[in-house]
Amino acid sequence: MSEQIHTGEMTAGQAHAAAHGEAEHSHAGAHAGGHMVGYGTYFMVWLGLVALTAVTVTIAGIQLGSLTLLTAMLIASVKTALVGYHFMHIKYDNKIIKVFILVCLVIFLTFWILTFSDLSFR
Amino acid sequence: MTEHSEVLNQPEAEVQEHTHAEGHVHRDDEGSKMAMWLFLFTELLLFGGLFLLYGAYRFEYADGFKVAAAEMNSFIGAVNTIILLTSSLSVALSIAAMQRSHKKLALGMLWFTILCGIAFLINKYFEWSHEIHNGVYPGGPALENMSNGEILYFGLYYVMTGLHGLHVIIGLIFIGFIMVFIARDKITSTNFQKLENAGLYWHLVDVIWIFLFPLFYLLH
Repeated sequence: MSEQIHTGEMTAGQAHAAAHGEAEHSHAGAHAGGHMVGYGTYFMVWLGLVALTAVTVTIAGIQLGSLTLLTAMLIASVKTALVGYHFMHIKYDNKIIKVFILVCLVIFLTFWILTFSDLSFR
Repeated sequence: MTEHSEVLNQPEAEVQEHTHAEGHVHRDDEGSKMAMWLFLFTELLLFGGLFLLYGAYRFEYADGFKVAAAEMNSFIGAVNTIILLTSSLSVALSIAAMQRSHKKLALGMLWFTILCGIAFLINKYFEWSHEIHNGVYPGGPALENMSNGEILYFGLYYVMTGLHGLHVIIGLIFIGFIMVFIARDKITSTNFQKLENAGLYWHLVDVIWIFLFPLFYLLH
């Protein structure tokens, strides 16, 4: 019985890998939703995130006026991109999930633009 | 034969019968992942609305926000940022370990994540109790004498970091369940989407803090 289940899983996995292979050849052979990433890559991303945090704190100490907020948000966005792309594996995700995320961000950005275009020109 | 004709009359039952007969396991990792992402979008909208509120009020009460933020301990904020970033790393490493069938390492990494989460919450506890001790809480004596901008800042501070803290607690419980699944071999090197989903949730909590930190602690 357990062997039966196992083979069932394997065929599902292989079918998936094949389907993936068409869209993204780098995915061939990998298991559904899983792409082997080395431990070292994650450590490097973490180092980058810590370094960017240090930069944020340092820049906040310098008087840059209105640029302070802008740089802080830019750095936070870069950090988010690093977390999303590497830790959340968006890099290896299907195109549909990437499109979903993009649509969500565009909607979010639209809210901000509409609200601030209202606030700024009152 | 009669059983067969019965099945034909009920298309849904037929599907179930068919799949059971072949011993096929119902699993859709891609669908599971997409559902998790859709849920994360609702989280983004929840926090996004609060960030928008923060932006609008900061635009109107820039001075009050600066005065209020000057009282924040940016060192604790920075430490908590590093703690959460490190916990995100350990979740990512846990998935990588699981893929390589290193069950013990995966569990160890998740234990480390839970410790990081608890350390974050302890820092938050000291921070909040310090402010509450100083009378800065809704209806508190210090808050009543503050300007509108400062009151709005602290209102948003408590709501946003509070809601974030709640997410940290939920994330810890989520990871706790995942650890039980791993211990019982329900999550394996070929079946780890549950772990991946817990990771996605934890990273989202991390991302939200990445924005909360400069917005509440680094205003000059």
